[in-house]
Amino acid sequence: MTEIIFFINQVVISGLVLGCIYALGAIGITLIFGILRFAHFAHSELMTGGAFIAFLLASAFAAWGIVTPIPTGFVVLPLAMVLAAILALGIDKGFYAPLRKRGARPVTLLIASIGVTLMIQGLIRLFFGAGSYSFFENEPKEIFRIDTSAIGSTRPLVITEPQVLMIVVTLVSVIALHFFLTRSRLGKAMRAMADNADLAQVSGINTALVVRVTWVIAGALACMAGTMLALDVTLKPDLAFNIILPIFAAAIVGGLGQAYGAIAGGLLIGFAETLAVFNWTMLFRPLNAILPDWLQLPAQLALVPTEYKLTVAFVILVVTLLVRPTGIFKGASS
Amino acid sequence: MIQRSLALFGGLFVLILVIGWVMGLPFTSSRLVEAAAYALIALGLNIQWGYGGLFNFGIMGFLMVGGAAVTFISFPVNPEFWGSDGPMMLGRALFAFAIGALIVLAARQAHRIGITGKWKGALTVLAWFVAYVLYRSQLDPAAAYIESAGGGWVGGLGAHPVLGWLFGGVLAAGIAYIVGKICLGLRTDYLAIATIGISEIIRALIKNMDWLTRGTLTVSPIPWPTPLPQDYQAGGMDIASSLIAARAGYLVLALVVLAIVMWLISRAYSGPWGRMMRAIRDNHIAASSMGKNVTARQLEIFVFGSVLMGIGGAMLVSFVQIFDPSSYQPINHTFLIWVMVIVGGAGNNWGALFGAVLLWLVWVVSEPLSKAVFDFVSYWSTNAGWGAIPEIEARSAQMRVFVLGLVITIALRFAPKGLIPEVVKREG
Repeated sequence: MTEIIFFINQVVISGLVLGCIYALGAIGITLIFGILRFAHFAHSELMTGGAFIAFLLASAFAAWGIVTPIPTGFVVLPLAMVLAAILALGIDKGFYAPLRKRGARPVTLLIASIGVTLMIQGLIRLFFGAGSYSFFENEPKEIFRIDTSAIGSTRPLVITEPQVLMIVVTLVSVIALHFFLTRSRLGKAMRAMADNADLAQVSGINTALVVRVTWVIAGALACMAGTMLALDVTLKPDLAFNIILPIFAAAIVGGLGQAYGAIAGGLLIGFAETLAVFNWTMLFRPLNAILPDWLQLPAQLALVPTEYKLTVAFVILVVTLLVRPTGIFKGASS
Repeated sequence: MIQRSLALFGGLFVLILVIGWVMGLPFTSSRLVEAAAYALIALGLNIQWGYGGLFNFGIMGFLMVGGAAVTFISFPVNPEFWGSDGPMMLGRALFAFAIGALIVLAARQAHRIGITGKWKGALTVLAWFVAYVLYRSQLDPAAAYIESAGGGWVGGLGAHPVLGWLFGGVLAAGIAYIVGKICLGLRTDYLAIATIGISEIIRALIKNMDWLTRGTLTVSPIPWPTPLPQDYQAGGMDIASSLIAARAGYLVLALVVLAIVMWLISRAYSGPWGRMMRAIRDNHIAASSMGKNVTARQLEIFVFGSVLMGIGGAMLVSFVQIFDPSSYQPINHTFLIWVMVIVGGAGNNWGALFGAVLLWLVWVVSEPLSKAVFDFVSYWSTNAGWGAIPEIEARSAQMRVFVLGLVITIALRFAPKGLIPEVVKREG
């Protein structure tokens, strides 16, 4: 049983956590693509920026002496999300709206989003330097060790408090998003506009409002994803810049423009990455007792070496683009 | 139009003179050599994006390929490797690779013996897996052996660096052919993301294949094609003028390459081939209905552009004399080139050249410039009693990323076609 618990610790939990973060980022990218028809590269900076906003708020809380039962990062998250949504609206107003008004092609908007990425990244590095920060400087990071000796395992099941909260919060926000998209008037308007922008406009949908709501949702979810990533590992200026491509891979694998596809894609990429670098010998070691000598398992039996972990996402991306360019769920085409 | 270009190039010349005056000649001469290499790379992107409308965001990968190629060709031979079992083991890995390739090709032909549909798909996946396992089973021990006992890495061939530049171009062309075959059918934004993904894969491979490229251990010193400053010093020259003389020699060689490339691609632009490319760029549906093979032409231009990127990347590496895979970043090696071409003027070779030199100068100057600004503000705020700005050095190093973002944003807003835009000729 020890092997199975080890498998759960190494693959199920970390894959789920990574998948949740990818999914939250990919939802924003896919919504923006569905409504505004361009690949928004600056999403990584919305995530990093959101994480830094949350970090500043958490530091302020700590400075005021407010102690919370759950990690402060989660307490300040709603406020940080509001601020990040305002930031996203501001970026749209300042950089993308003028280009859209001029009738620029989606490619131009893509390049503009790279400009925004560079500017925000430069600003963050200007103010915070290149070092890394932790949300857990003033409070302990609680780690739950669930004793599993009852089922014959010598190792405990290990999960940290932020990871539990992260999975719960992701689940809640995905369900909330689902109800928003399917039940509310605005959510239906969003889906209509993603389907056919011109038709939506002539049927009296306020497209400007839909665009604003898209940015609010994308910014808030990006802030959530960034903060969670920072809570799970550490906060640094290139926090999300390094994972924006797996997130894009998740959005494309799920089908650009499909919110549910983004969730599926995020989880798929997250699990694929952890499974690819997992050392299978750890799971199948008991088999060595029954296998003949010439078929003993080697000490290392991973599909790819650990240093290639991030490339797994790109390989999946390229294969998806080749075999089924529209993604698993049929994505929007522009 | 001509007047405007002349004025802009004149301004650039004055800027170079000012930088030379403020920062000193040794600094400026090396920046100019790098600017020439970047101009070559920008021309490569200009072919792909300006002529052909292809969205290549994997420039970093091609630069790394060029750098690895010149390292392999021009670095001195590693006798320890050639004397060990390493070449033999690598040969076996190559053999395994060939067999794996044959298995995959055979599986793709499975429909000939009546295996079709889902079964063929499953067989292809299985074949890929078997080929991968076969290759890894031979390569992993070879790599481990070379890294520990077989001399550390493969080493170079000790040939002339200019041959290395050529090989960089050839290798980049080969990789561009594969990438183009895979990706060119995709829409623009998918193409952008796919090429970024592939360049990241290339980076991960070059960084971690220690037996081939020495990975993060870095390779240096890579020889120059022209005499080094040390050679001039041995002749009795003082350090400052030997630096300038050596870099001037390198610059002349780089400019010769640049001039040849410029002449070739300008001729290509104005010829029937260039006209066809522009037709495909502007409306590929109309072009294909006129009987042009759009996919093949796009592949052609993708390969040509990548050759220039490979050569430029090789020139950069042999100039700095060190190949360090971890120094390659998407911001410095992909986005910077894009900003160069867009600010200069996509589709216009002189525009791309202008943008490359201007942006490279802005990129290198923004760090000392922002340090000067910070120092000034810090002095002022200290006097006002607010205290000095901490960590000025580290902060001003980050400013150039912000400046780059600012430049591209302003350019897209106020000069979307670039400073020296493409001249559209209309006959008749």
